[in-house]
Amino acid sequence: MFDHADPDLAGFREEAVAWIKANFPSALTGKSPTPFITDGALADSDPDYQAWLKRVVSKGWGAPTWPEEYGGGGLTQAHSVIIHEELARVGAFHPNHTYGEMMLGPTLLEYGDEVQKRRFIPPIARAEVRWCQGFSEPGAGSDLASLQTKCVDGGDHWIVTGQKIWTSGANHSHWCFCLVRTDTTTKHGGISFLLIDMSSPGIEARPIYLISGSTHFCEVFFNDVKVPKENMVGGLNKGWPIAKRLLQFERDSLASGRAEAPSLAPLAKQYLGVNALGQIADPDVRHRVVRNAMRARAYAHTMRRAALEAKTNAGVSAAVSALKNLGSDIAQERADLAVEILGHNGLGWEGDHFAAAEIEATRAWLHSRAFSIYGGSLEIQNNITAKRVLGLPG
Amino acid sequence: MAILSEEQVMLKDAASAWARDRSPIAAYRKLRNSGALQGYDSALFAEIAEMGWAGIVAPEEHGGADFGFMSMGVVLEQLGRTLTPSPLVNSSLAAVIGLRRAGSAAQQQHWLPKIAAGEAVVTIAVDEGAQHNPLAVALKAEKSRGNWLLNGEKRPVLHGMGASAVLVAARTSGAAGDVEGLTLFIVPTNAPKLSKASLAEVEQRGAAIYTFNGVELGADAIVGEVGKAASVLDHMLDCARAGLAAEMLGSASAAFDITLAYLKTRLQFGQLIGSFQALQHRAAALYGELELTRSAVEAALEALDAQSPQARELVSLAKALAGDTFKRVSGEMIQLHGGIGMTDEHDAGLFYKRARVADMSYGSAAYHRERYAALTGY
Ligand SMILES: Cc1cc2nc3c(=O)[nH]c(=O)nc-3n(C[C@H](O)[C@H](O)[C@H](O)COP(=O)(O)OP(=O)(O)OC[C@H]3O[C@@H](n4cnc5c(N)ncnc54)[C@H](O)[C@@H]3O)c2cc1C
Repeated sequence: MFDHADPDLAGFREEAVAWIKANFPSALTGKSPTPFITDGALADSDPDYQAWLKRVVSKGWGAPTWPEEYGGGGLTQAHSVIIHEELARVGAFHPNHTYGEMMLGPTLLEYGDEVQKRRFIPPIARAEVRWCQGFSEPGAGSDLASLQTKCVDGGDHWIVTGQKIWTSGANHSHWCFCLVRTDTTTKHGGISFLLIDMSSPGIEARPIYLISGSTHFCEVFFNDVKVPKENMVGGLNKGWPIAKRLLQFERDSLASGRAEAPSLAPLAKQYLGVNALGQIADPDVRHRVVRNAMRARAYAHTMRRAALEAKTNAGVSAAVSALKNLGSDIAQERADLAVEILGHNGLGWEGDHFAAAEIEATRAWLHSRAFSIYGGSLEIQNNITAKRVLGLPG
Repeated sequence: MAILSEEQVMLKDAASAWARDRSPIAAYRKLRNSGALQGYDSALFAEIAEMGWAGIVAPEEHGGADFGFMSMGVVLEQLGRTLTPSPLVNSSLAAVIGLRRAGSAAQQQHWLPKIAAGEAVVTIAVDEGAQHNPLAVALKAEKSRGNWLLNGEKRPVLHGMGASAVLVAARTSGAAGDVEGLTLFIVPTNAPKLSKASLAEVEQRGAAIYTFNGVELGADAIVGEVGKAASVLDHMLDCARAGLAAEMLGSASAAFDITLAYLKTRLQFGQLIGSFQALQHRAAALYGELELTRSAVEAALEALDAQSPQARELVSLAKALAGDTFKRVSGEMIQLHGGIGMTDEHDAGLFYKRARVADMSYGSAAYHRERYAALTGY
């Protein structure tokens, strides 16, 4: 909406629409990007996804807003919003929304040294290297800073020992950005930020099944893993502020990734029928579907507003915790509604008696419960909003 | 907050300072307690007009500023923060836009400068039943010896007690519920055979019942085309709804701010109640709803300014969210204040009543969800 005042943006939108139309493989229409982004094996084996990724990368949209000198597209936030809006409008998705692009890239742009930036950032923009996030541990989830994975000085390298858990995509990732403990005498001040090659000897990633049947989740064991000294970002014991910044980027992109979803109206009309006015026949479902769609619309406008405000005021990211919760709430409700609309056909797990799209909706519904857990749980986001945004007492 | 122009920032600052200094919540309370039937303070409205706010969307050649809907919304939001009663939404938004769109040159020349100067308050009379339903108009206008005779009742007419004229939606053909056959008339409220009675509603803002007992009008009272008023009416109402939603956003934001301040001062169990996580999480959730509502309101105002084809659905989005959010925030305002929140002495009740009345005005959240559904194919 904001480009009616800005002819450059309006022109860019037209171009984007045309380019997406010419390049997005129709076979991917309406599909969720999540399976491709969390399951490297699937991503590698799907020719449509590979073609789409390649085209987006060669267009320079692999990481649209990063500086060109580090392989980015050099575009503004407003351009990026337009790209995402136009993708959403035709049921397309950005294929490079990986952990590298969402979280590590922007963090390295701020905290990496020049050598690290030149080495690690361009391959992310070109979608050549898959990253995973080694933060959570069995004893350190919401209370992330209590992590224990040990990192000691081994002379010309670091030695890492310990266990991570819930590491999405660890079994398909080339690299891991990891938080490790380098000082046990202090909590936040004893954490360092390390980049670890997943092919290093001593690493084992074991997949864990999720309720949705997906296995992208892993527990990762580090047994005296050697990591080159130059792979520490920001310096010894300086990892906590970097982690916090990275988690902001994570929340930010989780929030914006929920902006617009295709209408549930056609699905509902197909499964529930229509009334005399051509509307979804079941009035209760119709009202709840509409209410959800309206909140989603307002949410999309909120993300747009946040992007615009970020241009003029650097301090707006405070609202992101609240936005993350709203976004996951709306998306969870939508996934619930989709399964409700499918009725018994929404209860299938596998096999030929259910359409592929039905099973996909069922799995998406189960997966959606994670939205309010990962990236900082709903409760933790509310704590953050209450204290940092609303100034409520500790 | 949308990215405001320099003029809009100035408007906002001026409106916020004026509301705080000249029209605090205490002023509305005093007016309410006085039992005055008009529902707003004429002296304060004269100040509002003097600031130019009554003419924000009126054309320049008729004494307005032609600053657009976003600018009007910016002012209404600030006035909403202190629950300032004024006929701006009806007169300066809906009536002005109705006249701009469909009024004759003579009607425009006569009414617009007066409205912009605050000398005339023109309200709109649409509803007749318990629920907002513009097409259900049954009030009849019949031709008789070259003139029109109006018979029927309108209720509630918002700001009806203070209005000097009214844009009335009447049925000139067809039956209640038909799109065709609606006609708009402009009628001075002192017209013979038009009687007003005050409706004592929960928040006493001058709502009225208008009874038309054979009110006789010439052809010059017709605004627009006979039988073709539905789309003009729809647009006028949308302007009122968007403005009202902006005002509601302001009120809801103020209700939230007052509540937040209380959480930071009230001690129980030796702690500030705002340190209890259960309350913190409710506050965080309300904050999120207010953010969503702001986005919807600004998108609606922006779309009206841009004459976007999506303006209608965005207005319904804004009005629905504003209704839900304001009701929720004001309800929580009472709850989180505990017993004091239930007393008439505390302002929480004023917000709570205002939320309900504003939600019902020109379509409740439920009405606008239904409208949104129809407009977007659900
Ligand atoms: C699908 C999925 C993918 C994930 N991917 C990754 C990944 O790639 N890398 C990674 O490092 N991690 C990942 N995570 C881990 C995720 O970040 C953690 O699960 C999350 O931070 C919560 O930690 P926990 O599971 O230990 O729960 P806990 O911290 O044990 O929380 C349990 C419950 O207690 C609540 N709680 C805890 N503390 C408080 C408090 N102070 N106030 C109020 N309530 C509280 C929580 O909100 C939650 O409801 C993933 C998780 C999921 C579900």
